[in-house]
Amino acid sequence: MEKWTQIIKPKSKWHQLRLKEVWEYRDLILIFVRRDIVASYKQTLLGPLWMFLGPIFTVVVYTLVFNKIAKISTEGIPAPLFYLAGTTLWSYFQTSLNATSGTFVANAGIFGKVYFPRLVSPISVVLSNLVKFGIQMMMFLCFYFYYYFQEGSIIQPNSCILLVPFLIFLMGGIALGLGISISALTTKYRDLTYFISFGVTLLMYATPVIYPISAIPETYKVFINFNPISPIIETFRYAFTGQGTFSPSGLVFSFTFMIVVLFIGTVFFSKVEKTFMDTV
Amino acid sequence: MSVVIKVENLSKQYRLGMVNSGTIKDDIIRWWSLLRGKENPLLKVGEDNDRTFVGKSDYVWSLKDINFDVKQGEVLGIIGKNGAGKSTLLKILSKVTAPTTGVVKSKGRIASLLEVGTGFHPELTGKENIYLNGAILGMRRAEITKKLDEIIEFAGVERYVDTPVKRYSSGMYVRLAFAVAAHLESEILIIDEVLSVGDAEFQKKCLGKMNSISKNEGRTVLFVSHNIQAVAELCTKGLVLENGKTLVYGNIEECIRKYHASTRGGNLDSLALGNRLERTSGKAIFTKIEGVKDGKESWEFDYKDEIKLHFEVVTNEEVENLSVYIALKHVFSNETITNIEQNVSLETLRKGEKIGFEISVDPKTIRPGEYKMYYALGKIGTKEFYDVIDDNVDIPMLFINTSGKDIHENVGFISISHNFKIDA
Repeated sequence: MEKWTQIIKPKSKWHQLRLKEVWEYRDLILIFVRRDIVASYKQTLLGPLWMFLGPIFTVVVYTLVFNKIAKISTEGIPAPLFYLAGTTLWSYFQTSLNATSGTFVANAGIFGKVYFPRLVSPISVVLSNLVKFGIQMMMFLCFYFYYYFQEGSIIQPNSCILLVPFLIFLMGGIALGLGISISALTTKYRDLTYFISFGVTLLMYATPVIYPISAIPETYKVFINFNPISPIIETFRYAFTGQGTFSPSGLVFSFTFMIVVLFIGTVFFSKVEKTFMDTV
Repeated sequence: MSVVIKVENLSKQYRLGMVNSGTIKDDIIRWWSLLRGKENPLLKVGEDNDRTFVGKSDYVWSLKDINFDVKQGEVLGIIGKNGAGKSTLLKILSKVTAPTTGVVKSKGRIASLLEVGTGFHPELTGKENIYLNGAILGMRRAEITKKLDEIIEFAGVERYVDTPVKRYSSGMYVRLAFAVAAHLESEILIIDEVLSVGDAEFQKKCLGKMNSISKNEGRTVLFVSHNIQAVAELCTKGLVLENGKTLVYGNIEECIRKYHASTRGGNLDSLALGNRLERTSGKAIFTKIEGVKDGKESWEFDYKDEIKLHFEVVTNEEVENLSVYIALKHVFSNETITNIEQNVSLETLRKGEKIGFEISVDPKTIRPGEYKMYYALGKIGTKEFYDVIDDNVDIPMLFINTSGKDIHENVGFISISHNFKIDA
């Protein structure tokens, strides 16, 4: 019997996800992450500055519109801090999802020339976005300590802070899972791309980013609870401020959702990666 | 030696036209037949990838039933005209796309170089790009570090390793990219047309490197190129593709011969006419040139055969003193070995007149081998050309087969007539 190290066949079984191969390419993931970071900072001096300006403008607008005009409760937390806590984690999710959902289209050039496990690209995107998230997190912490040391502050950090790395992991995982599912579908049904771009924007309003869960009327609460991102944002805010709701069952739901969506995404993705070059 | 790549019944079907229209319908047809456990009905349709006529089906076979195997240390040259399926084959071998049917089995890592500098990022330095490109091509970080100095030296960019590659000259860029690929530690290397870049000196260096990769390191190389000369120099075996099918698979000399023979002569009235008219006046043009053997078109003759070429010419204007010029050229160097100039008509020809004529060369004049042909129409004794058929037009070469009996007949190009006299 001859021993072949590789066999190329028309179709593989749906459960052959070749995750081991992705692991073998871990060096490439790290090099991609490094490339993304170096490239985005070398190109423009204003690059890092925008990362601060973006959230600040957003928070100013949110404070004016939702707090001053619409008068939506922030549970006693200073409005800017409340919104910043929400958008910091949310924008990590949003940028990761937007970038990963375009994996095949954005990388068509390189994917058409050389083979490496395609999952390397979305994984490295989610990782390199962590750096941007880290910068915004530092800004959040500056605001946080400013308000914390104010007189009469009701901000009470608690042991849930230990959960923060896990929350980030959940966010990255869900963004990756959704992103690769969408990227696999958009290679076939192009019009999905348009739906996704405004879908993500709308999803923010179904997530407690600009309002606390407690402000939701009971009738609509079920919708918010079905959103797997809600518990993550709510727990994040609760961990730092002590206000809001902490629901362990919600986090279990988010975690389960992440596992399921990652699995489905990987199945879709590995099915599409073999032939997408013929359709893109 | 052991077989390292085995390709069995490999086929690839592509869908033409609008990518998205009707795919949901086709999807449903596929699912339905799969559910019933039947063969995909869409695989039965499809036609050969011949671009000269408009097909009836939306599906074409870019590759159809390709079979070959490559042994360790062999250099396989894959040749064929544009659209013959070379690139599709390479894409399947390098896992960029999956085949429709068939299997490819291989031993060892395959590194493919379908384009140099894949993934190079202009903002990164030369060194950073070596790591990036190397990792994309499947190297581990440690392996790259081990070979870093060697790569930089081969590329000759020592001074600029810490400069972003966007400041590199295009030559440096290509050299760096090839250097990374040439130093991959893969057992099988797939190379597509990389030698068309870089200056002559570097091309030589690349050819040398590829030679040593296969001969000294025992690695297997699959090489695709339009540069037949490079293929002939490097490769031991060849695979000629035509319209997605295997035309010949065997030793490289035979492949090159068949490849040239596959380019059809026949009707020239429209072939590359734009190109021909750009360079000449077009007062009179060739409408047909064919080799004739036993009354049929053939470009393959035996040494003992009379070599007949049949021509048809049409005049587009009034021409006087029309003559034909034919040259026999060396396949690689393109040097003229011998030539013929022949008056076709001493009278003035009217516009729109058609003339056919034949030129024959005595048997045992042209030595066995292959020759590039060059044809021209012009005014005798002048350098005024009406039509020129050369390399730019896809015309057949002339093949003279050896009878194999006389060891001297295979040497040289032309037999010369001679006289002999014993001293009185």
